Amino acid sequence: MVLHYILRRLGLLFFMMFTLSVFTFSLSYLFPGDPLSNLSGISNTSFSQTSELQEKYHFEDNYLIQYFAFLARIVQGDWGLSFASGDSVFSHIIGLFPATLELSLYALIISVVVGVPAGIFAAAYHHRWPDKLVNSTTLVGYSMPVFWLALLLIMVFSLQLGWFPMSGRMGLLYEIPYQTGFILLDIILADFPYAGMAMLDALHHLTLPTIVLAMYPTTVLVRFTRESMLHVLDQSYIKTARAKGLNRAQLIIHHALRNALLPVIKQIGLQFSTLITLAMITEVIFSWPGIGRWLIDSIYQRDYPAIQGGLLAVSMFVILATIIAELTYTLFDPLSRNQAHGKV
Amino acid sequence: MYKLLLGILSLSLTGCLDTKEKTLEEKNQGLVYCAEANPVSFNPQVTTTGSTIDIIANQLYDRLISIDPVTAEFKSELATDWKISKDGKSVTFTLRKGVKFHTTAYFTPSREFNADDVIFTFSRLFDVYNPYHFVGNADYPYFQSVGIDQLIRQIVRVSDYQVRFELFNAESSFLANMATDFAVVLSREYAMQLKQREQLNLFDQYPVGTGPYIYKEYRRDHLVRYYRNPDYWKHHVVLEQLVYDITPNGTTRIAKMLTKECDITAHPSSAQLSILAQRDDINVQKETNLNIGYWAFNTQRPPFDDLRVRQALAHAIDVEKIMQAVYYGNGIRAQSLLPPTSWAYQAQPKLPTFNPDLAKKLLIDAGLPNGFDMTIWAMPVSRIYNPNARKMAELMQSDLRKIGVNVSIVEYEWNTFIQRIGEHRHDSVLLGWAADTPDPDNFFSPLLSCTAAFSGKNSANWCNPEFDLLLTQALDTTDLTKRKEYYQQIQAMLINELPLLPLAHGMRFQASSADVEGIPLGPFGAISLANARKK
Repeated sequence: MVLHYILRRLGLLFFMMFTLSVFTFSLSYLFPGDPLSNLSGISNTSFSQTSELQEKYHFEDNYLIQYFAFLARIVQGDWGLSFASGDSVFSHIIGLFPATLELSLYALIISVVVGVPAGIFAAAYHHRWPDKLVNSTTLVGYSMPVFWLALLLIMVFSLQLGWFPMSGRMGLLYEIPYQTGFILLDIILADFPYAGMAMLDALHHLTLPTIVLAMYPTTVLVRFTRESMLHVLDQSYIKTARAKGLNRAQLIIHHALRNALLPVIKQIGLQFSTLITLAMITEVIFSWPGIGRWLIDSIYQRDYPAIQGGLLAVSMFVILATIIAELTYTLFDPLSRNQAHGKV
Repeated sequence: MYKLLLGILSLSLTGCLDTKEKTLEEKNQGLVYCAEANPVSFNPQVTTTGSTIDIIANQLYDRLISIDPVTAEFKSELATDWKISKDGKSVTFTLRKGVKFHTTAYFTPSREFNADDVIFTFSRLFDVYNPYHFVGNADYPYFQSVGIDQLIRQIVRVSDYQVRFELFNAESSFLANMATDFAVVLSREYAMQLKQREQLNLFDQYPVGTGPYIYKEYRRDHLVRYYRNPDYWKHHVVLEQLVYDITPNGTTRIAKMLTKECDITAHPSSAQLSILAQRDDINVQKETNLNIGYWAFNTQRPPFDDLRVRQALAHAIDVEKIMQAVYYGNGIRAQSLLPPTSWAYQAQPKLPTFNPDLAKKLLIDAGLPNGFDMTIWAMPVSRIYNPNARKMAELMQSDLRKIGVNVSIVEYEWNTFIQRIGEHRHDSVLLGWAADTPDPDNFFSPLLSCTAAFSGKNSANWCNPEFDLLLTQALDTTDLTKRKEYYQQIQAMLINELPLLPLAHGMRFQASSADVEGIPLGPFGAISLANARKK
């Protein structure tokens, strides 16, 4: 049963990857300019270079063969060269993705740690002042555009109060060698005399972007947990338990929590796609050297191979994250395995 | 949620409060300079982009001679002495002993600087047998535009520490050109090592020089890192580390000054200077500078090949408005291509003034009564000569609409921009030039000569043999009054022909933290941070 379900999900994954790769491949024809240089990232080629490239990219053959050659290159990690830097697009992505991932991960942790308890708390005191407080706060957080919040925080905490830096991952004078791409890990791994200070500095740099990025998913999780909890609290088995004389804490911890959190787990996974989108904006504002800022710069510079590669990488990541979240959810909730069709 | 936020806040606050009084040595651990663009290359020979030269030239390299910014006399650098023969056709440099090239992760020098390095460096510009001549398409924009590559007959090694440059003819600006930021000395030994490894293309990317700082790393769109050169021949370098934070956005650079993420920032925009001036912890330096911001027309492309069209466009622009809105009163309205502080300067009475009616009439004369469509390319970075080209282009756009000319504004990332201008893909462009030497020739040959048109530096794409003849005549004589006469003719001719419209001379600004000292601002040339320190 479970196996069957997993197979169905994998089928869905395969289909989506296929659509995505076809779309990415056709982008090189849809972008202005020569498809060959859009794919390879090499422009102004000499005649001999052109024919060499044509052979490599199978431009003499039909689209189907070109597409399979494209797939083979994607798998091998040959994603073409960036127009702007002349370096391989794949190496850019590998180098930049950890920064985005790190920021999103911390934001997600914050939003789970803050959002879920806040939601339970609000549901427990339904229609009383804690509920109203949490509700109105989340409404503000929910409706605030992320760029505006970012600028506001920069204005207050960086420019006026001077408590936090406004850009980058850490002070530039700390020279931390690139190992994993996760800055906190890199500091721990690096044999650096000022590791303690560097760590503090990195956390300092992380604070504002993490708060900004965590704001939206936190409010979503708060509202979602609250709704789900209220729904569960309304069930008859809870009423029975209450009639038996359990107090509120016992009721929630022993009876309601597990059932109420099930849909929340799914929601956490789904937040990843929103997070990545929001991370792009956050990265641009805080000059965070991640994939989002790079992708937006590439769009400005009309760097087609980079746009193509960046889109492919980001979408692949979002699809994978969503499917993994669904699979985890299924392990916790046997009922959902009966769904006949895939849902994303 | 609040508790956690408060927790994070207090954690970071303790971090803030923790900073006790730092010792001088700790403070001089490093300095962060906010630069406006990625460096194009790490070899000043192959580029004229000001933002790149500011980062590389004076920090990594030394020249044979330099020009004193106050007295305008030549000063010794790597050459201790120089002699010009009577006919002016040969110049002999005596070189400094005991100068060491940088020891880096990729190169360890086995010998000190000597005549071979000088010969290698300068023969790269013209000698097709130099293995590096064709690296990077044999493109040496500054030297080609002033004709140095055509001027040197050969470079002779007299002894280990003496070289003689033999020239085809005597040229009065030769020494001045040798003193520019582009004429740095490179290591021959390093070049030969790379050649053996067949990695010639790395030569301009991983620099080895004799300057005050040593290259450590460069990350595109992020930073350039240098370390102190412990063996610097001229003086002790105080800063342990020098980092360039690449921040293309001008407002972000100012904000980083306020949050102390930068110690120095290049080209703060004049609109924001008032904010900086209010702060006690930030100094703003202001200096007149030899530069010119101009509007160049692609004179090979119709309808800009017609003088009347160029004149019409020039008459349609309200430059006074630009002076207020773009330069905020921190610039001088140009009366010629040369700035007033140059000795050859002469105000041009014929310079087109704001007169839309005349402009319309000229367009009718040129057979374009209904106007036309054109592009103005606006440079995306803020430079001394043009703090905000985008805004300038927008002002011009509205002025030109009144005479029926529809303008679309084109912008690219800076390095792409320069490259496409070099390919003459534009109709017109807002660009400028900051001088490298006080010699007036520096304003004309690199910008408007025929060779500059071929090398792509001439953004007007204008080649006039008569103009080039005047330039050569001005260079052939050392008689100052005669030279002055030639340059006045040259300036007048430019205004008559109008391949470009001179707009304004900007003031040079630099904002730095109050505790940073030793960063002089000169009237010409790139920034030097050799003496920078914190107090």
